[in-house]
Amino acid sequence: MSVTTDMKRNEQIKKDFKEKMDYDELLNCMRCGFCLPSCPTYIETKGNEAASPRGRIALMKAVVDGKMEPDEDFEAQLSLCLGCRACEPACPSGVKYGHLLEQALDILQTKKKYSPPVKMFRSLIFNQLFPHQSRMRGLNGLLWFYQNSGVQKVARATKMTGIVGKHLSTMERVLPSIASPKQLKNRPSHVEAEGVVKKKVAFFSGCLMDTMFMETNDSTLYLLKKANCDVVIPQTQNCCGALHAHSGEMDTAKELAKKNIVAFEEGEFDHIVSNAGGCGAVLVDYGHILKDEPKWKQRAEAFSAKVKDISEILLDVGLPEMELDPQIITYQDSCHLRNVQGTFSAPRKLLQSIKGTQFMEMKDADQCCGSAGTYNIIEQEMSMQILDHKMAKVDEVKAATIVTANPGCLLQMKLGVEREGKQKTMKAVHIVDLLAEAVKYKEKQLQKV
Amino acid sequence: MLTKEVRGKLVDIVGGENVKDSQQDLIVYSYDSTPDYQAIPDAVIKPRNKQDVSEIVKVCNSHGVPIVPRGSGTNLCAGTTPLEGGIVMIFNHMSEILEIDDENLTITVQPGVITLDLIEAAEAKGLFYPPDPGSMKISTIAGNILECSGGLRGLKYGVTRDYVIGLEFVMPNGDIVKTGGKLAKDVAGYDLTRLMVGSEGTLGIITEATLKLIPIPETKKTMLALYDSLEAAGNTVSKIIANRIIPATLEFLDQPTIQVVEDFAKIGLPTEAGAVLLIEQDGPAEVVERDIEKIAEICRETNAISVQIASTPEEGAALTAARRTALSALARMKPTTILEDATVPRSKIAEMVRAIEKIAKENDVQICTFGHAGDGNLHPTCMTDARDKEEMKRVEKSFEEIFKKAIELGGTITGEHGVGVMKSPYLSWKVGETGVDAMFAIKQAFDPNNIMNPGKIFAKDTRKRVVVEK
Ligand SMILES: Cc1cc2nc3c(=O)[nH]c(=O)nc-3n(C[C@H](O)[C@H](O)[C@H](O)COP(=O)(O)OP(=O)(O)OC[C@H]3O[C@@H](n4cnc5c(N)ncnc54)[C@H](O)[C@@H]3O)c2cc1C
Ligand code: SF4
Ligand code: SF4
Repeated sequence: MSVTTDMKRNEQIKKDFKEKMDYDELLNCMRCGFCLPSCPTYIETKGNEAASPRGRIALMKAVVDGKMEPDEDFEAQLSLCLGCRACEPACPSGVKYGHLLEQALDILQTKKKYSPPVKMFRSLIFNQLFPHQSRMRGLNGLLWFYQNSGVQKVARATKMTGIVGKHLSTMERVLPSIASPKQLKNRPSHVEAEGVVKKKVAFFSGCLMDTMFMETNDSTLYLLKKANCDVVIPQTQNCCGALHAHSGEMDTAKELAKKNIVAFEEGEFDHIVSNAGGCGAVLVDYGHILKDEPKWKQRAEAFSAKVKDISEILLDVGLPEMELDPQIITYQDSCHLRNVQGTFSAPRKLLQSIKGTQFMEMKDADQCCGSAGTYNIIEQEMSMQILDHKMAKVDEVKAATIVTANPGCLLQMKLGVEREGKQKTMKAVHIVDLLAEAVKYKEKQLQKV
Repeated sequence: MLTKEVRGKLVDIVGGENVKDSQQDLIVYSYDSTPDYQAIPDAVIKPRNKQDVSEIVKVCNSHGVPIVPRGSGTNLCAGTTPLEGGIVMIFNHMSEILEIDDENLTITVQPGVITLDLIEAAEAKGLFYPPDPGSMKISTIAGNILECSGGLRGLKYGVTRDYVIGLEFVMPNGDIVKTGGKLAKDVAGYDLTRLMVGSEGTLGIITEATLKLIPIPETKKTMLALYDSLEAAGNTVSKIIANRIIPATLEFLDQPTIQVVEDFAKIGLPTEAGAVLLIEQDGPAEVVERDIEKIAEICRETNAISVQIASTPEEGAALTAARRTALSALARMKPTTILEDATVPRSKIAEMVRAIEKIAKENDVQICTFGHAGDGNLHPTCMTDARDKEEMKRVEKSFEEIFKKAIELGGTITGEHGVGVMKSPYLSWKVGETGVDAMFAIKQAFDPNNIMNPGKIFAKDTRKRVVVEK
């Protein structure tokens, strides 16, 4: 980039910060620092204020106030933020850090001049692939993402070198086995309750979840059926837009939100069930995402109000008895499920009710695992540092099974198991897969008797 | 900006990685928790040990570069805002607990240790470090010592000052001084330990501290008493103490404060009550039982609407944890939250509360009050907007009147948050001109070149209070 375009971009960013950032929200931070001990990047950098929520808010405010240039350091610091939003429940003042971050990233993104390979990559991911369920099915999402040689090019073009190659190949090893195109085509649109209907729900299947993680979606439907829920799966739904919202592709995120709102306006049901913490957090935020569009705001809020995580629903309606072989189970919170949706005790209660197993809470289970969407690719060093510390906590409780509630976390924890070379004695699973296994296990036992 | 020469010398001492002066580094060390104060330093420096500190101080002293020592920047008196530039010194590399001595019941720590980590380390050995400021999850022990912080357990156990028995500090000329020790008694010369406590980083830099520990109380019990008004709660406080009962904790919150705290903590606080008292007693089970019963009786006699005793220790802990968030929770109401720290003799608490309510009304400003009722330490907190200059004038006037009233009642302008910049214009109101002179003589003897946290404690001109942005 030439010096003059660089300067122009800078001026535009400063102008946008002044005009678009929510200044009242920036002022709402009274700089008490209560959020510092819950911020993973603050902890991992051994107390670097710039890598803390209070610091990042001060940096954003300084740009708005004209006290600081939005330089490379500034962008790097926002990029280093996991977006885990652990700082939000910790903040007595109720600062909506996630929204501030989104606004800032959106400004930086639209003004960003990417080098040609990165640009191509972003366009493929954000515009060509994720918004189109059919393409997700055809290409099978992440696998393509990791295996396509374009990724390596991007890796080299950005600052990722060296260990990246190794990291990606480990990543490939932990990817789930892929469903065949035929399986992918025959997704159900309706599942009936096994007995007397207790609840009617709609299932948000998710773009990744319905392709790469199809088995997990099957487990979800199986559990809902067993819990006597009638399930509809609207066919015109699509990607939730999480990846877009968190990467500054706000316009696409809005389009996706609208499509989903329309898709779920038909039919009668009490809840919209999500089984991925990352998706759920965006679904409950549609009201905010579309707050400036009067035609959509109310519809968006109505949609968001119905969204519930699968574990809340299952705990509420009740599952048949569950059992598994003796093992120690631990649970890693999905940041967005915990910090945005406020769901953390339901999954634990469900796991504790599996007979034959022992549930052990590991230390700092509420802290991010370092996966955070595309974070583990873009900020790999920090991501792996966080992951290794996380695995040490898993080891402390001697867990054989690490349960997660979000596909990104699941892959990350699987990667953690691989990095420790413990594939033989330890596994990472999505909570619904483990619960489904436990229901089936018990059924078999009963049949034997 | 630092001159090339000074910067070079500092890099030689601590290494390039420990001298930070990017735009970003300077911005994030330009503020503390004090509303509306911000000033950009010239550099941020991270010493690795006391020798580093000593060498840095020598360089700064000979070049007249201000040094602002900083813990976690949670002080509320603009104590770490580098108003005159210079270097901000942070203690990330000096944050180890060095020793817990269970024969002498002491703990020795480096300055950057987080207060709560210290408390928990002591508890793990069955020992107790009582000073527990609301900010203890974030504050550093040096910050506590230099502000002489109080906490929720101050009524029975005292404040930070009462636990500091030995210090190591670096003088503004680079000399390293050791005071006190693991001693129950020590009258060898002036009490420099006490002098350093509460000196707000204006006399020297603490590099190590030895603190007294006590045996951990066997049990504790927590209760909430509900009132129609803050004044009624104030009456109970005076009555409890007049009855020769010293609870560990005796805190109060008014209705708006209860409301915002409940919004955050969601533990079922009585948001409809006009005021609540949060009371905790600790000690041997029989004593706790007897005291709590007696206190409950006094509460009812003094017009409490209801008295609720926490049924489990967890429930009690949730209540005290919620209380600690009061200030930050109030910040959700308005863009700017300015909190004060007026303190009066315990017996005057109800009178002071009444005065604050009247002053707020007369000046048409919104003031909520909570605080360490048992210590007579009130935190009248004003919810305002720094952008509204006209209202800010009225806020300033209200606080002036509050200070005046506090002093009239035999109180002080600050009980635990320190003078810093915020209260420097009022210092002479409390200690008199001769008092300020005596303090200034000490400052000059220690720091003739005025490099240590300049602009704090001593005001350029007295009385005129500055709350507008620097
Ligand atoms: C929400 C909230 C609640 C609070 N509750 C309380 C409370 O209940 N009771 C109370 O008393 N205070 C309270 N405070 C005020 C504040 O937290 C305390 O003053 C605390 O002790 C400051 O610690 P710190 O580490 O943040 O120090 P800082 O704010 O960083 O520094 C405080 C002072 O210490 C000096 N200093 C720091 N380290 C050194 C060193 N090594 N050598 C020399 N000088 C040094 C600084 O120059 C400054 O003058 C509260 C603040 C907030 C934001
Ligand atoms: S806890 Fe909230 S108010 Fe306090 S510093 Fe963090 S974001 Fe700001
Ligand atoms: S979102 Fe997570 S990483 Fe980012 S500032 Fe908040 S706690 Fe820290």
